[in-house]
Amino acid sequence: MNYRWDWSVLIREPFVDWLWSGLLLTLAISIVSWAVALAIGIVVGVARSSPSRVARLLAGIYIDVFRSVPPLVQLFLWYFVLPEIVPDVVGLWLKRDLPYPEIVTAVIAIGLFAGSRVAEQVRAGIEAVGAPLLPAALATGLRPMQAFRLIALPLGLRAIVGPLTSEFLITIKLSSLSLTIGVLELTAQSRHVENYTFQGFEAFTFATIGYLVIGLCATGLMRLIDSRIGGAALRKATT
Amino acid sequence: MSDFDWGVIARSSGFLAEGMALSALLVLVATLGGLVVGFGLALMRLSEHRLISVPAASYVTVMRSLPLVLVLFWFYFLMPLAIGRPVGSLTSALIAFVLFEAAFYCEIIRAGIGSVRKGQSDAGLATGLRRWQVLRLIVMPQAMRAMGPLILNQIVIVFQDTSLVYVVSLHDFLTAASVVASRDGRATEMYSLVAVVYLVICLSITKVAEFYRRRRPS
Repeated sequence: MNYRWDWSVLIREPFVDWLWSGLLLTLAISIVSWAVALAIGIVVGVARSSPSRVARLLAGIYIDVFRSVPPLVQLFLWYFVLPEIVPDVVGLWLKRDLPYPEIVTAVIAIGLFAGSRVAEQVRAGIEAVGAPLLPAALATGLRPMQAFRLIALPLGLRAIVGPLTSEFLITIKLSSLSLTIGVLELTAQSRHVENYTFQGFEAFTFATIGYLVIGLCATGLMRLIDSRIGGAALRKATT
Repeated sequence: MSDFDWGVIARSSGFLAEGMALSALLVLVATLGGLVVGFGLALMRLSEHRLISVPAASYVTVMRSLPLVLVLFWFYFLMPLAIGRPVGSLTSALIAFVLFEAAFYCEIIRAGIGSVRKGQSDAGLATGLRRWQVLRLIVMPQAMRAMGPLILNQIVIVFQDTSLVYVVSLHDFLTAASVVASRDGRATEMYSLVAVVYLVICLSITKVAEFYRRRRPS
């Protein structure tokens, strides 16, 4: 194996700027798509466990469809197909006036995909931890809506912080898909550096360590939240 | 908004079928290879010697926290260096898939083996069976029952993952469709078709796995 090592590409201009901007963009896309995924996941997960048959059905369809189409295909649908099938005015706005169209599309596509996975966790949490407490909540005199909002939902959500950690990690990894529509995130930038310098080892090592560190921080953060709100104890108490 | 032209699908069906064949090949190799390597990794992780279990555990943790796109790039770039000549994107993608999915299959197999109570293997050992006989005759048959639905789910994920070979320009189903889409300017038709095909296949397997899990409560 004749390979000329040159770790200095990682500290030389302009490559160091490319890699760091990629790292920051990956971080930003991951965090914002995670927020989108959580918001959608909670709404859909609550709808999935609601007494209304229509709400349950719609949420079920959402979960089935968005989990079954590969995330990369979903990204292409939002990016290439959506502007063509909406009315012309909207399509033109999407193509011309939307700021940072690739990044916004990537965040929405990743958020919607991850949201369908989060929704399943939310439903499972409410079913396993929240719902068994409903009779007791009703017996204290709470109305059904209050019992759900004050007891079943918050306790159900607390119980799933652990499982949600792996969904968060999946969302971080999904952010790399955005390179296919031209977002220069961490993987794209390391590939970019490899193209320019042929120092693929160094560039991909940087990206690998970047993802490991982001993943470790995400795991640590979720674990901290979990221990603060006593999620593990809740899971143990009900199983 | 352009007019739909569904004829483009009929005209390109041969090319799309070739793409689907490549996707199927990737799923097959990634699943079989992933199960074999994953089984080895699971046994290593369950070993009592830290020198054996720690490397396997770190391998799994690292693989599971990297995006598949980056792993594909790693192997696409590393394989020619390691072998000393170009190997083509298919070989490097197949190896990347086997080694990547092995980490996920390892966790499924480990959980499956872990779901068999320890008394079972103790009893097997007490009857005079050897360790690997206990594994083969007592633990694995019971573990398979817990693992079945999880493996089916993972196959769905592998099938979805194969669409990522787009980044190393292999013509799988999605990439074939995207080639037609940009050649004929028919993105709407092609990507809708791709989405529907994936949806039908993946949803059917998921439903089978759910049915299977419900019929055999753990």
